[in-house]
Amino acid sequence: MGKYLEIIRIRFLMMLAYRTNYYTGIVIYTINIGAYFFLWKAIYGSQGSIQGVTVTQMTTYVAIAWMARAFYFNNLDREIAEEIREGKVAIELIRPYNYLLTKVMQGLGEGIFRFFFFSIPGFIIVAFIFQLKVSFNLTTWGLFLLASIFSFAINTQLNILTGLMAFFLHDNMGFIQAKRVIIDLFSGLTIPITFFPIWAQDVMKYLPFQGISYIPSMIFAEGIKGDSLLNALLFQVVWVILLCIPITVIWYKAKKQLVVQGG
Amino acid sequence: MENMIEVQNLHKEFKTFSSRSGVKGAFRDLFTRNYKIKTAVNNISFSVKKGEMMAYIGENGAGKSTTIKMLTGILTPTAGNVKVNGFHPQKEREKFVRSIGVVFGQRSQLWWDIAVQESFRLLKKVYQVSDKQYEEHMGYIIKTLDLEPLLDQPVRKLSLGQRMRCELAAALIHNPPLLFLDEPTIGLDVLVKLKIREFLKELNQRYGTTILLTTHDISDIEALCDRVVMLDEGKIIYDGKLEELKGQWGEEKEIQFQFIKNVEQQDLTELVGRTDVKWKKDEGENIWTVSLPNDETTISMIIAKVVQSHPVKDMKMLEISTEEIIRNIYQEGMSNG
Repeated sequence: MGKYLEIIRIRFLMMLAYRTNYYTGIVIYTINIGAYFFLWKAIYGSQGSIQGVTVTQMTTYVAIAWMARAFYFNNLDREIAEEIREGKVAIELIRPYNYLLTKVMQGLGEGIFRFFFFSIPGFIIVAFIFQLKVSFNLTTWGLFLLASIFSFAINTQLNILTGLMAFFLHDNMGFIQAKRVIIDLFSGLTIPITFFPIWAQDVMKYLPFQGISYIPSMIFAEGIKGDSLLNALLFQVVWVILLCIPITVIWYKAKKQLVVQGG
Repeated sequence: MENMIEVQNLHKEFKTFSSRSGVKGAFRDLFTRNYKIKTAVNNISFSVKKGEMMAYIGENGAGKSTTIKMLTGILTPTAGNVKVNGFHPQKEREKFVRSIGVVFGQRSQLWWDIAVQESFRLLKKVYQVSDKQYEEHMGYIIKTLDLEPLLDQPVRKLSLGQRMRCELAAALIHNPPLLFLDEPTIGLDVLVKLKIREFLKELNQRYGTTILLTTHDISDIEALCDRVVMLDEGKIIYDGKLEELKGQWGEEKEIQFQFIKNVEQQDLTELVGRTDVKWKKDEGENIWTVSLPNDETTISMIIAKVVQSHPVKDMKMLEISTEEIIRNIYQEGMSNG
């Protein structure tokens, strides 16, 4: 386990090595949250609530969804694809660790860095500017953290799957772009799932995306409670387990037919 | 002695697709593709003893790197058996890679953005090297390779020579009994090359490390390896001592004479009167080169005869360098030898 902790630490150091990225990130996130804040304000107009969600709940949802994104988001898909394309996987395979687990740990290192240096200070600023309704219920916070960890797992698994496609497609950048848009939309980051048409909501029930953003954000905004909360967490856990299957199969196949590119 | 590496009937094929030409061809490629089977390594067998330093040479694309990648467990062979250090590289990958060190000259295994010592620290954890072992072993390596001033630099700021020394140190962090070097001296200047060679020799003596290296630089082999395996189009065409390769191929010797007076071709040919001794006029004043069989009696006989009848100003023995021999082999193939 020591080696994986060390990998998290190294990624932490690497994030610090690129401080400019960090500062611009804060600006971009603030702009995004601001834009959605005013957009939703305009949509609500004088209405108190839409679909049973009040405007404060909505803006809190948007703010927390973006802050949670800072934690679960990572570029593992791109990194894996690049390592495959440039033949760097060769180097990874001569090390006594599990490549995919190492990647997950790197993503986690990145996520933890952003969580502490980005989400928390960012959220405090945003909470003051946009007058959010922040719960001080410790259980809510605890459940939100738990749901965020699952959301990290699901998102990372999907990233790994898309990244590994590079083994078979050799250039999967378009694929990666498409995946990113799909996740932002279907995970409920841009619009909460409850605002989708009913048929789309039904389809979403069978897809893992809402486990990424919608569930943790709704938990934080106290939009899901009781039984449906338990079901939501269960939904996440089931997907985390299910997604392990295609990853294992693809990784096994990929190793067999690995072609190291570039000599 | 025990065998470190055992390779039996190793075979590797790649499936590559060939693109059709033109726009129409590109559209057709979208739906169906023409596949070609390319054999990279063709049924080779060899073994390497413990403590041996072996060079693996061949032209670009001869299959050297592919073999190394199969021996290190990166690529899965199409057929054949590989046993390295008692392990089956593909089946027991994580356990196996603990016992080897690998340096790819064209690929960095250090982390680009962080200081060298952080990379070392991470590798130390990854290979589970104890502090005591690290101090002792790495202390020695850092001192010998002169890495102390580089440790706090990020890798991207290092020169190629500095980076290569760090790569070598990184591959040796766990003091592996077997070291693979894939073109370790590519692009390095003479001083760094010498330093690396000396270090490898010392390592081999100190720890008995088995070293297998591929290179295009023949002087690497001359300095380090007793044994050479030469590969051409995926097949082994020579396996043996470098000296013997030289003997087998360096059959002819050349001697260059500079005479004081003008000499005619006929005079020289008549002087010896043998068909396997050939004279050739070289550039420069009164300079002639004779090529003759490489045996001592012929050589002294010819020198004696020439010097007796024609006053000589200067004389040079031209030995065919290993590099030339290898170039000849690449060009003509082993069968002609």
